[in-house]
Amino acid sequence: MQVSKSFKRVIFLELAIPIALLLLGIYHGLMQTIYRSGAIQQTSVAKLDYYQGLTLHGVINAIVLTTFFAVALGHVTMTYYLKKEPNKKLMWLSFWFMLIGTVMAAWAMIAGKASVLYTFYPPLKAHPLFYLGTALIIVGSWFPFFDWSRMYMKWKKVNPTTKTPLAVLGTLINFIIWFTCTLAVAYEVLVLLIPWSMGWTKTVNVNLARTLFWFFGHALVYFWLLPAYIMFYTVLPKVAGGKLYSDLAGRVALFLFLLFSIPVGVHHQYSDPTITQGVKFFHGLITYGVAIPSFITAFTLAASLEYAGRKNGAKGLFGWMVKLPWFNEDKFLFSYFIGGLILFIFGGVTGIVNASYSLNSVIHNTAWMPGHFHMTVAGPVFLGIVGMSLYIYSKMSGKKIFWPKLNTIIPYLWVIGMLIFSFGMSWGGLRGEPRRTNLGTTYLNPDSELFRSDWVPTTLLAMLGGIIMFTAGMMYIIIFFGTILRKKSQEGILEIPVSEAYHDEKRVPLFDKFKPWIVTMIIIILLAYIPALLNVNKNSGPGSPRYNIDNPLPIEASK
Amino acid sequence: MVMDKIERRVIMASLVLMGLFVFSLLYAKNKYKSNVPECLPYDKAYTEPKINKIDEKTYEVFSVASMWQFQPSEIYIPVGSEVDFYLTSKDVVHGFNISDKNINMMAVFGAINKTTVTFDKPGVYDIVCHEYCGVGHQNMRAQVIVNYPDAK
Ligand code: HEM
Ligand SMILES: [Cu+2]
Ligand SMILES: [Cu+2]
Repeated sequence: MQVSKSFKRVIFLELAIPIALLLLGIYHGLMQTIYRSGAIQQTSVAKLDYYQGLTLHGVINAIVLTTFFAVALGHVTMTYYLKKEPNKKLMWLSFWFMLIGTVMAAWAMIAGKASVLYTFYPPLKAHPLFYLGTALIIVGSWFPFFDWSRMYMKWKKVNPTTKTPLAVLGTLINFIIWFTCTLAVAYEVLVLLIPWSMGWTKTVNVNLARTLFWFFGHALVYFWLLPAYIMFYTVLPKVAGGKLYSDLAGRVALFLFLLFSIPVGVHHQYSDPTITQGVKFFHGLITYGVAIPSFITAFTLAASLEYAGRKNGAKGLFGWMVKLPWFNEDKFLFSYFIGGLILFIFGGVTGIVNASYSLNSVIHNTAWMPGHFHMTVAGPVFLGIVGMSLYIYSKMSGKKIFWPKLNTIIPYLWVIGMLIFSFGMSWGGLRGEPRRTNLGTTYLNPDSELFRSDWVPTTLLAMLGGIIMFTAGMMYIIIFFGTILRKKSQEGILEIPVSEAYHDEKRVPLFDKFKPWIVTMIIIILLAYIPALLNVNKNSGPGSPRYNIDNPLPIEASK
Repeated sequence: MVMDKIERRVIMASLVLMGLFVFSLLYAKNKYKSNVPECLPYDKAYTEPKINKIDEKTYEVFSVASMWQFQPSEIYIPVGSEVDFYLTSKDVVHGFNISDKNINMMAVFGAINKTTVTFDKPGVYDIVCHEYCGVGHQNMRAQVIVNYPDAK
């Protein structure tokens, strides 16, 4: 469909800015694997310290890229399905909030005033602009949600008995989860951390801050994941040459995510003090609940792909796997999506290990963890994001892809690198190799008392995988900006592939309205979080003053 | 509800599978006495590093993490000892991981963490800080020495 210049410009900026920042994000990913293997044994390279780089890596890749893309894809989806553009002023306002927030946080990180990692656990203190910047990115992402809700209600008035398109439903559900969970982190940042970092309040309750962070933190990972799920349900079957196996299954899965994405956050705090074993176990159980919609998705997608393969002429039990467009330049989205799904099989299995209560004690905060989540957030999420960004940009600008053959190979290269990387990290984690650690200067330095020879092979594998991933990532950036530099060859339009459903069930009213689900969500959240917060309140001692990263004395005392 | 037969079966299968996971989890928890740390109310008594010998085979360790060391940094105990670790932090958040024993705790300012572990085999066990705690994080390690030096 035709869209306005202004719309195109916002989307273009929201896609291109984070991809440009990826240069830095992915560069430091590679560097981390090199430092960790002991190939270099120093605290910084090119004036960028390990932990400063790791903060940039987490914030750029996991907050900026994912949030900008979720907003851009939301705009595209709502506009394309409801045939109406969102409010222009709000689109720009949201963009400027997110951009200014990104610039603030980036300045604080690059100036070395916020090397506190993307989880910014107090009582390590970051520059107030780091907290404010993060808050602006989040608030900026709220505006479109309000506007889309308005658009949806208007559409619903005109079409009361039409099924809400699955992509629209998914977008709204994702942003309901996002809005709810970000309330907690907004409270943490605006009420607890900013006044404390400015010195207006003397201390902060660290346990409370951690619990609020993880109220947000687990839902954050679903906010990363759901745009990918939406694309898998509504785009992938079409690109593969088939249909979505069941539309209703998609709806059931999405509503289950709405119920269970937030009230599971304590599974990140299994090893924390102040929360009882009972509350931890309860959150563990609900975490298993949130695995169910992922199983439903896995089945529905596999069935859709089998259908596509058979339609493409496949025979036999597994023939359909061959008859999919693995290396088709015109259907390059398939390569990105299937690459992501292959990684997600391993990401899902390792995730179930993490969720499993006492089993978590084996791997919590070890290298296993990044090994796991690179197969989710840097797997289906990342490949989905970059593939779709390229697709939307190329259609909307009317430009042909630069180097299309290479473009179909990149995702598989990424997958190979990632499998090697994650194998190394997971293996290391099982041997106790810690995450978030510049291993090269001590544990991987043969001259150090702390040297651990059993971590040599594991960190070397991770580095090998890291080099391959880095190569694939750079090739992608060349293709994306190469495409931007090309001349327009046809009219630019907004177009995304839309899958039909193979089983297009009748509209089930329960799965086409939000109220009962939102009420249930709130009840489950209260059940899960009131006891957790009461625990924290009861078992916490004094609050903590502020600390800089390089001084064991509180800031007040070392002045 | 109008749902495909195969689909219903698959949803059932997923539910059964999840049930199986929960069952094995509970089973393992009881059989191997594996659990997550215990929850204690804050008590200032645990903020002084200490090793208490209760009897020949029972010890209490009050471990205090700070930028960038654990105190006590070397813990000597005989083979077969059962040790209660109480853990807190003097400053920022630290981690406490004895990987061979699956001991995994966070050390947090204003909070006390606790777990119990038995050291059946002689050896030197590294306690590694696995939460980023500032510029010296990668130096932060302590050791439990079980029946040292005969063990090494
Ligand atoms: C060339 C590609 C990449 C490489 C080699 C790489 C490597 C790494 C390594 C080694 C770590 C762990 C460092 C440590 O804990 O000490 C890490 C952390 C992380 N990575 Fe990546 N990564 C890459 C791409 C990505 C992408 C695309 C994303 C997300 C979209 C991502 C998200 C993260 C996050 C969220 C962390 C955790 C940061 C933290 O612990 O604070 N990475 N990465
Ligand atoms: Cu989680
Ligand atoms: Cu540390």
